Amino acid sequence: MQARDPSSCAVRARGVEKVYVTGDTQVVALRGADLEVHCGEIVMLVGPSGCGKTSFISIIAGLLARNGGSLEVFGQDPQRLSSEARTAWRLRNVGFVFQQFNLIPTLSIAENVAIPLILQGGQRRSAVTRGAEMLERVGLGGREGSSPTRLSGGQQQRVAIARALINAPRILVCDEPTSALDGATGQRVMELVAAAGRAPDRAVIVVSHDDRIYHLADRIIHMDDGRVDRIETPAHRSSHV
Amino acid sequence: MYTFALKMLFGDSARFYGMLLGLAFSTLLISQQASIFVGLMSRTFGFITDTPSPDLWIVDPAQRFLDDNKPLRSTAVQRVQGIEGIEWAVPLYKGLLVVNLPDGKRQMSQIIGIDDASLIAAPPFMLEGAVTDLRKPDAIIVDERATRREFMMQHPPEGGPPRPLRVGDTLELNDQRAEVVGICKATQTFQSQPVIYTTYTRASQFAPRERRMVTMILAKLEPGADVHTVTEAITQSTGLSAYSSEQFVAKTLGYWMRETGIPINFGTAIVLGFFVGIAVAGQMFYNFVLDNLKYFGAMKAMGASRGVLLRMVSLQALTIAVLGFGLGIGITSTFGLTIPGERLAFRMTWQIPLIAAFAVTLICTASAALGMWRVLRLDPADVFQG
Repeated sequence: MQARDPSSCAVRARGVEKVYVTGDTQVVALRGADLEVHCGEIVMLVGPSGCGKTSFISIIAGLLARNGGSLEVFGQDPQRLSSEARTAWRLRNVGFVFQQFNLIPTLSIAENVAIPLILQGGQRRSAVTRGAEMLERVGLGGREGSSPTRLSGGQQQRVAIARALINAPRILVCDEPTSALDGATGQRVMELVAAAGRAPDRAVIVVSHDDRIYHLADRIIHMDDGRVDRIETPAHRSSHV
Repeated sequence: MYTFALKMLFGDSARFYGMLLGLAFSTLLISQQASIFVGLMSRTFGFITDTPSPDLWIVDPAQRFLDDNKPLRSTAVQRVQGIEGIEWAVPLYKGLLVVNLPDGKRQMSQIIGIDDASLIAAPPFMLEGAVTDLRKPDAIIVDERATRREFMMQHPPEGGPPRPLRVGDTLELNDQRAEVVGICKATQTFQSQPVIYTTYTRASQFAPRERRMVTMILAKLEPGADVHTVTEAITQSTGLSAYSSEQFVAKTLGYWMRETGIPINFGTAIVLGFFVGIAVAGQMFYNFVLDNLKYFGAMKAMGASRGVLLRMVSLQALTIAVLGFGLGIGITSTFGLTIPGERLAFRMTWQIPLIAAFAVTLICTASAALGMWRVLRLDPADVFQG
């Protein structure tokens, strides 16, 4: 594998641990997971259900606190920030694409896309205009006034991608972005994520079970039992950690 | 984000209208029942508020409320008149008598006999004739509502279609002739009987002879006289109780509140209105927040602060509260303005909309607080759980 400049490291996770405690029951989700993601890189986090993928990206995105290990996302450990500062950090740095899209049905798609800009303090009118421009980039130009409920699943996911990218986040986190879509639509959506998300100062982490889209990744990170089990490239899927 | 919060609220039209109607119905029940209650209670002391000139109402100590007449000796008037601090004291007759109409109909009516000389306690508003016409022979003044209802003459002596009683008509009170010389406007009594004003002397003639004919004494304080000192003096020298108008209203109201089931009946309806609001609108708003929890969660993940989310939920709750309350109080007001007061005791005092607003605020605050609690407890990582 080609050596990379350490300064271009977007995510550096070392020995990350996560334990969920419910009453007397403890469930270990991560047992020392390591990961490096570089700027301009698209990685896929794959593995069986319950292997810790969602917990890992939640920790990386600053949504969840870890119990052990270290983490730097563009040089910042989100856990060291206060709750309010972490929220603001997420707003500036992280874009999300959810499995269930989470588009508000009573808003137009342009308004949905504009939400991160408004949360950053932008004026509603200009944010919605920017939202419409962003929709054009994902192939939904002219439909900015539509309700999300009038769009197909693939179109809704494209809206979600536009929403995730509108404030130019440095890291894009996608959770099963194709699981609610048919194969062809999922393929197109992932091509869009790859095209729109790939940038020299941005990293993309995609959690997926869908091996039909693995070829769009730079690296495929296999997780099992709370650890990174092995790393592959699409071209050479037999490499091991 | 606040525009979006409102769009989320209005966009879910089925639930929005459900919440709106729930709160409006709750406001309607609370304010309408409270207004009828206040209207009904106002009728129990209407004669006191219709008679502003006396400072003191002097009655038998056993009298529990305005209409609970315990007649006094006529000498009591002179004894009260002689007390220091009293400017004047006049007798008042107040009792029920049967009235015979020219067409043969009989009607129990309330007769008020006012002081012959001063005509103190005369009707507050004259619509036809003058109070001084009571000095004419057999003169009586009848309240306008009764002329159109109980005293409506189905078969007028001159023939023709039914018509209201009018000035110049004659009635029989306890088999004695009485001539209508004026039409007045008086507060409807609790039992909705017609009210007839005449002089004290004539009322004593109309009424069956009794040893004691003075129902109560009305008195005016001299300028600068202390109410408390004078009432004490009246009690000591006559053994009677003296009340200011406010005290007599409170005593009458207190009797009806304590001794009858009216407050419980209306109170039940008001409480029911509150619970309808909780059950329908409160629960619907809570469900509305629950249904939107995934969107709030997504926004929280994207970087919406707790403050932004709480303000969004608060704005939604406030908006639905204001609209629901406005619609409900509007319907109540329309109801009150449309239904004639003589058919329905309706009196919306300024406190009633405030009470209804407080109840609606409580309903919305409680449901919004529960919703906010869910939003605050929301773990943004949950949005990844699908």
